This record gives sequence, structure tokens and C-alpha cells, in this order.
Amino acid sequence: MIQTPESEKTMSSTTPSSLASVASAKAERSAPTSAQGTGLEARGIHAWFGKNHVLSNINLDFAAGSVTALIGPSGCGKSTFIRTLNRMHEFIPGAAMAGEVLLDGKDVYAPGVDVTKIRLQVGMVFQKPNPFPSMTIGENVLSGLKLAQLKVHNKDELLESCLVRAGLWNEVKDRLDAHGGSLSGGQQQRLCIARALAVSPEVLLMDEPCSALDPGSTLRIEETIRELSDSMTIIIVTHNMQQAARVSDYTAFFLSDGGPGEMIEVATTSEIFSKPKDQRTENYVTGRFG
Amino acid sequence: MSTSTVIPSPREISTEPRRSDKVFRGVVSAGGFSSLAILGLIAIFLAYRGFEVLKEEGLGFIINAEWTITQDESANVVESDFGLAAMLVGTILCALVAVVIAVPISVFSALYLNFYAPNWLKKILVAVIDMMAAFPSILFGIWGFLVLMPSVEYWGKLINKWLGWIPLFEVKPYFLSRSPFVAGVVLAIMIIPIVTSIAREIFAQAPLDRIQAAFALGATRWAMIKAVVIPHGRSGVVGGAMLGLGRAMGETVAVYTVLNIVFQINWHVLLGAGGNVASLIILKFGEANLYEIKGLMAAGLVLFLLTLAVNFLADFIVKRTGKSGR
Repeated sequence: MIQTPESEKTMSSTTPSSLASVASAKAERSAPTSAQGTGLEARGIHAWFGKNHVLSNINLDFAAGSVTALIGPSGCGKSTFIRTLNRMHEFIPGAAMAGEVLLDGKDVYAPGVDVTKIRLQVGMVFQKPNPFPSMTIGENVLSGLKLAQLKVHNKDELLESCLVRAGLWNEVKDRLDAHGGSLSGGQQQRLCIARALAVSPEVLLMDEPCSALDPGSTLRIEETIRELSDSMTIIIVTHNMQQAARVSDYTAFFLSDGGPGEMIEVATTSEIFSKPKDQRTENYVTGRFG
Repeated sequence: MSTSTVIPSPREISTEPRRSDKVFRGVVSAGGFSSLAILGLIAIFLAYRGFEVLKEEGLGFIINAEWTITQDESANVVESDFGLAAMLVGTILCALVAVVIAVPISVFSALYLNFYAPNWLKKILVAVIDMMAAFPSILFGIWGFLVLMPSVEYWGKLINKWLGWIPLFEVKPYFLSRSPFVAGVVLAIMIIPIVTSIAREIFAQAPLDRIQAAFALGATRWAMIKAVVIPHGRSGVVGGAMLGLGRAMGETVAVYTVLNIVFQINWHVLLGAGGNVASLIILKFGEANLYEIKGLMAAGLVLFLLTLAVNFLADFIVKRTGKSGR
């Protein structure tokens, strides 16, 4: 394999100044107008798996229509945290949590809350693309409606708009009857995004959505995230600093020093990458640790 | 690059296994081939012993329903007429009743165990179901005869009253006791454990990421099961049902205890007349002379081949439907 010095340099140069410039080079967006709801607030979130305390006292607000990136080394509780936001955390046997998650001011853990309604309002895209293999592409997109027994007037219109917003329409419009498994990994992930959009959530949680994808698919999904952020609140967990710098308005840094994961710092993304307040954040974003 | 590259022929690649490897390989292969050998020897034995009767009766062995043998004073066979038709029809009928009743119950209990039961209860129930699988079939037979039969007869009457216009449920003359339906219910209870444990294992393998995807889309538990678990487990459940069918067809003692064995082709499930091949063998074996035993061996061979055919069919269905939903 032949590699020029130039390409090697661009591959590995993740200096703070370059990330900060990426973060600040994003077009400053005007306040979103079409986002639904008033956003999501996490108040004093703790989480346990059995006796193992994995997450300690997380307080974080997500403004409607904002994109927030959660960064930090593996095992610091980022994924656990976003899974508490749509009550997917409680699926794991032995999982427990404390604190409140306020969606439009109402606690999603309050007694009597219908958890299926919460998950309709707070959608989720997983690390590994997981389309339903027994359904066609079209059925996959609309599967949320069937699963939650929702009625829609114009299914075809919804199908098209979801696929367009997920950036997949042009690639699949001629084969909506093909099986979901026939797509490439990146296409499958965008299919999963389209599927999450079909039930029109207010908040979209993304748990390392690009970690299994090639750079081209990753860029395509990042574009999708930017487009979606006008109409919904997005929270994305990522190990890719470049990605955090490119797509997010705010960045929160999580860290665990052997004990439960804590949130070290949250600020606008350009601040986190240019002048973080905490030394540990700076160490992490500059690659000196983690 | 030089111009005179000679393309070599592929090398032969071989490895010399260690002695321990060879020994282990021998032991394992012996285990693998022994079951094949035993099965083959049984088939050869049955074919050898039954050959005379099969040659004598020809296709009539499968088509005719009578099973008679006449002997003179010195125990020579004067006349014999062996036909399995009634027993084959009874075998299929009882086994189908059993599968129709057992499969839904098994699927629902497997779903309950996997997705609804609290953990402590799940452990108890799984232990009970596994115990049921090991329960001696004669006890099922006696229990079925003494306890189950009266109430199943009552259900039979109800079915006959409301669905009697369907030929399958016709009862003429009106005799409901010891019918294939009763035997099918007893068989159903006997095969529920095995079908349940197969369904349970298959459902437990439903991929977690798709289950999570369904829940994350606001699915209720039942909607998730319909969208993810059942498409994934369908072929496995078909395979389990076929295995249950095979077991129900081969069951002897329980059927012998509850069924009224009559040598007459009877397709009416609720009518108290029927039989199955295995129960024929146990009925006749004790007092059979040498020639009749050959007939019973031939019957055994037919049952053996029928069970084998069902298992192959199961395998085929599982492979064919296995591709979708995974």
C-alpha cells in the first residue's frame, strides 16, 4: 500500500485547534421554530445494574431543536444515560435508576405513565442497524405505526417523507418491496432512522449510530442529523470527536474514574473543543487520554 | 516485474494430526455412527422378519382394514388376512388431534415463560414441564382413562352437537366413548412438554437488538412478540410440532389404554372406534403365532417408515421457512 505523507497527516491530526475550528465553522443556526415540545430535562439521574452503581447524579437539559453530543471513554455511562431517557434502561434485568426525566415538564417515570407513549415521543437509533428482516423496506419504515397501533391518513406520503428525511429515498424508491436485509449497513442504519421518524418523535436518541459504518455512510448520516435538528431534539452518543464537533450544538463530557460515571462538563460544542473549563475534558478532547 | 512468471499448480496442503487427536476422533465417530448403525439394524430386522407377509399381502397390507388369522388344531395357519389401513388412519387421526390441541397450548406457554412469567415462577414451571416429559406414558393412559375420558366425552358431545354437520365430527352410531378424539387429547398432554421446550428455546433466541428496536418504537409486549419473536421462531415451532407429531404417532401404551381398537377405517374423530399401528402390535403380540408376528414386524416397518417420512418432512419445512424471519 502506498501512502503519501500528506494523507497520513490529515488522517491523524486531531489537534484541539482543528476540532475547535470544525465546531465553530458550522453555520450558526437560528433558533429552530418547527421543533415540537419544550425539550427534555434530566434531573439527578443515577443508575445501577444490580449493586453496581454506574451513573451518578446527571443533570442535563436538552433544549427543543438542539443537537447534543455525549462524549467520553467507553464504560462511562453515556449509553446507560440515554437509555434512561426513553425508559429502555429498565429492560436489562437488575437495572435500577433514580432521579427524574422531564419530557415537556412531565416525569416519564411518574406512576401511571404509559411507557409505550413515552417511547413514541422519544425515539431511538441503535449502534448496530437492526431492521426487521421479515419485513420489506416499506413495511420497516411504517412498522412503528403497526407496533403502536397508530392510524395514519396517507401512508405513502409518510413513507416517502420519512425516507427523504433520512436521506434514503433516492436509493430505495424503486425497491420498497425488497427485504430490509438486502441493504448495505449504512443504508440499513438510515432505514432505522426513517423507521424512528415515522412515529414523529419529539426527541431522537442515537447511540453511536455510525460506529459500524464506513466514512461515506457516516457523512451521509451526519447530514441527516443536521437536517432533522430543525424539527426535533437530538441526543447523540459518539466516540468520534470529529463527529461531535461537526453535528452538535452542545457537548457533554462523561467520565468514570473507576466509580460510577459522572458528567464532568457541558457547554456549547465550540467551547468544549476550544476552551474547556475542566482539565480532564481538555485531556480527552485533545487525545492525551482515553 | 519480470515477464517470465510461471504460474504454479496449487500445492497440496496436509496436516499430520497428533495421536490424541486421532484417538478422540475415533471415539467421537464411533458414537456418531453407532446411532446410525442401530437405526439401520432395526430397519433391516423389521424388513427381514416382515418380508414374507409383505410379499404375501402386497399393497393390500396398506389398503385393507381386516386383520384375521385362522389356524387348525395343530396350529398351522389356514388363512390369514393382514391389512393396516384402519390402524394407519387411526394413527394419523390421533396424532393430528394431538398436534392441533398441543401446538397452540405449547406456543402460548412458551411465550408466557419467556416474556411474561416472573423469574422464580419461570424456574418452577420449566422444571414441572421437563418432569412431565419424563412421566411414564402408562400413567398418562390410566389417568386419561379414569379422569380425562368422561369430561372429554362431554366436550365431544358438544362438538358433535354444534359441528356435527361437518363430516369429520359425525357420530353414527352414537357411540362417543374411547374415540380417537379422547386418545388425541391424552396424546396432546403427552407431547405438550416437548413442543413447549422446543418453542421456548427458539423464542429465547429471538435477537435482542430487534426486540429492543420494537420496544423503542412504542410497541407493547404483544406487538413486539408478533413483529419479532413469532417471525423468528415460526420454522422452529413447525419443527417442534412435527417432532411432537412423530412422537404421537409412535405412542403405544397410552393409546392402547384409552382407544377402542376396531379394524375398520374410521375418519370420524368423535366416534369410539379406531386404533394405531403401535397399539395393534401390543394388542396382538402376546397371543400371536410365528406367522402373525411376522405380520406385526411388517406393521412396525410401516410405522417406522411413516415416522421417518414425517421427520424428513419436518426437516424440509424447517429449512424452507427458516430463511425468512432470521
